[in-house]
Amino acid sequence: MTHRFDSVQIVREGLKNVHYLADDGIAGVVFLADRLAKPVLVEGPAGTGKTQLAKSVADFLGARLIRLQCYEGLDESKALYEWNYKKQLLRIQADRKSDSWEDVHDDIFGEDFLLTRPLLEAITSEDPVVLLIDEVDRVEVETEALLLEILSEYQVSIPELGTIQAKQIPLVFLTSNNTRELSEALKRRCLFLHVDYPDMEREKEIVLTRVEGITENLADQIARIVRSIRQLDLKKAPSVSETIDWARTLVLLGIEHIEAEQAKETLHILLKYQTDIAKAAKELSIEK
Amino acid sequence: MLDLLSGFITELRNAGLPVSLTENLDAMEAIKHIPMEDRDAFKYALAATLVKNNSHWRSFETVFEVYFSLRGPEYAIDGDVDADEFWREMQEQQRQGEGNGGSGGMEGLSPEELMKILMKALMAGDQAMMRALARQAVQRFAGMEPGRPVGGTYYLYRTLRNLDLEAMLEKLMEISRQEVSGELTALEERLERDEHEDQIEKFKQEIEAEIRRRLVADRGVEAMAKTLRKPLPEDVEFMHASRDEMQSLKKALQPLTRKLAARLARKRRHGRKGPLDFRSTVRHSLSYGGVPADPQFKYPRPAKPELMVVADISGSVAAFARFTLMLVYAIQGQFSKVRSFVFIDGLDEVTEYFKNTEDISVAIHRVNTEADVIWVDGHSDYGHAFEVFWNKFGKEIGPKTTVLLLGDARNNYHASGSWVVKEMRQKARHVYWLNPEPKSYWNTGDSIVGEYGTFTDGVYECRNMRQLEAFVEKLA
Ligand SMILES: Nc1ncnc2c1ncn2[C@@H]1O[C@H](COP(=O)(O)OP(=O)(O)OP(=O)(O)O)[C@@H](O)[C@H]1O
Ligand SMILES: [Mg+2]
Repeated sequence: MTHRFDSVQIVREGLKNVHYLADDGIAGVVFLADRLAKPVLVEGPAGTGKTQLAKSVADFLGARLIRLQCYEGLDESKALYEWNYKKQLLRIQADRKSDSWEDVHDDIFGEDFLLTRPLLEAITSEDPVVLLIDEVDRVEVETEALLLEILSEYQVSIPELGTIQAKQIPLVFLTSNNTRELSEALKRRCLFLHVDYPDMEREKEIVLTRVEGITENLADQIARIVRSIRQLDLKKAPSVSETIDWARTLVLLGIEHIEAEQAKETLHILLKYQTDIAKAAKELSIEK
Repeated sequence: MLDLLSGFITELRNAGLPVSLTENLDAMEAIKHIPMEDRDAFKYALAATLVKNNSHWRSFETVFEVYFSLRGPEYAIDGDVDADEFWREMQEQQRQGEGNGGSGGMEGLSPEELMKILMKALMAGDQAMMRALARQAVQRFAGMEPGRPVGGTYYLYRTLRNLDLEAMLEKLMEISRQEVSGELTALEERLERDEHEDQIEKFKQEIEAEIRRRLVADRGVEAMAKTLRKPLPEDVEFMHASRDEMQSLKKALQPLTRKLAARLARKRRHGRKGPLDFRSTVRHSLSYGGVPADPQFKYPRPAKPELMVVADISGSVAAFARFTLMLVYAIQGQFSKVRSFVFIDGLDEVTEYFKNTEDISVAIHRVNTEADVIWVDGHSDYGHAFEVFWNKFGKEIGPKTTVLLLGDARNNYHASGSWVVKEMRQKARHVYWLNPEPKSYWNTGDSIVGEYGTFTDGVYECRNMRQLEAFVEKLA
């Protein structure tokens, strides 16, 4: 099998070209996922670039991104495949007199009556794809079982039709906000990647690539302030997307150097809770 | 290499990490693709296959440092040199008056010169230079000798004492101020200080790593790993947690409560059967030729319980009480009402502290400092505290109330007042007792948890987070 990436370094650079700043851990695990043909389970706080990672990898590879957004109540019919039951019912009604039940049965459980859903689509696709199973922690434990076959064998078994093998092994990313413990069975099949808040240097780079018209100087200051704020004991620490929002606001306001006044007035973009805002303002001595 | 890996994995298991056979095989496969010389990538590759829970990361890192600290290009020894040889080499170099690796030429420096170089490295955030300096500092100040049965913290202390990094921080701040020729604003002061502290912290970590590396060289990998073995956060005993451990427990609490809340909300939605789910019924009917033979239902929500927490907050059980309160309030949405009471020999209601702030740690701080819990001498008196509770609040217990009693039931031989617990149970939906002591200590000495226990719906051992979590899940 040919590999997608020659080295960890190439993953890092390739992602950087599509404006995703990875650290050694992230790049290393993506590299390994390709080599071992294993899915990656990405976990970490909200807004740290978990979903974006899958999108950016697809972007970098020029592959199609197929996304399965998970939610409570997600089932086989939304994740894997569904029989087009309206069509099936019509077929049953139409042929009630003439055909034997056997014939009808074989007929209505043929590929013509099959609707593919993201997982099946990902493995039957002819062109390269990246499969993103987003927020997998939202489905019930029992539903996880639906994923196991595809994650380890890259195949889907349909009782009425047989087993459908993957045409090619896609890169698969699962993300989780860790709202529940995922099953051991699922974890065993995946490489595990914890994506935490970036260190200051990387956050600065992220701001520089994601925010148009920002100066190096401002980006640096933003990254420093955010680092200091994250060290506080907060209800909710600022996420990377909040850092970016804050940076955009400051640029829009035409600010080039953050003074206490401006920090104070825009802090609500970074922090969502009143107590957190008050605490940060006090700690950074930017209260009025 | 495979031997090294298998020893490494055995030690991870010893440290409590659940590494399965598949994961073991994956790790073996992974290291074929990433060279050990690329230390960071190598470490993450191993972690990706072996560590599937972020709260285990620290334990993993410690073991990794022990097993692989003598390997890697920055130490200029190749993968197969064994520890003894390395140690001899290091001694040799020391005698010859030159450090190994990047620290060459530093031997001749005076302490003042050394501090100057360190200051520059910290200012510039020069990691490689810091590493070289850390080695030099350990060599000069730690006084390490082979075979000496002394712990790493002792060497760390000696090294740091000689370096005086507090003073260094102030010097760095001075430089920052000079750079802008005069005053920093209060905001700038803070940011500069955080930056310097961050660099100093990194330098300290280099020192620790160097000490560990030398200890490993001296004592061998397995002995060191054993010395450094620590319980995973979920297994730390509340009653004996060190400050550091308490800190990591607090950190682990947030993801835990989120998980609990989500799980409980889910559980609530899936209790009994509700109205027909039409779509699902039709879908299932297809297997029966379109006959809806297997009707599917939606689910309603059962009622949320009302909670009263009554906690002993004296000395040894205080950490447990604080922790349980934090946990309960972090998931208070799962209860229709939460009221909390704390006691030592007197009792006080603290519900208001939690109502008036979003910040649980502020409320906990007030519990520690403001609650009026001392009646006579400040030694636990469950009997008296329970009587006070009963007289003041007993009438507010109703059929929807669940009462949680928290403590080790070490009553200093006072009257038990267990009749209160009996009365409570008559009125409440449930009464439970949570005890942070190991079961084997119950009812020894002045512990009378057995007497109270007979009047409750159950006494639960809650020594660590794992047990506490299991209980809370059952409760809500
Ligand atoms: N390493 C990064 N490089 C570039 N941009 C990033 C990076 N990390 C995060 N971002 C930015 O942050 C935004 C939020 O990231 P994303 O939506 O992927 O977060 P998430 O971790 O999936 O969050 P959630 O848990 O809320 O789903 C992205 O749109 C992207 O702009
Ligand atoms: Mg996301």
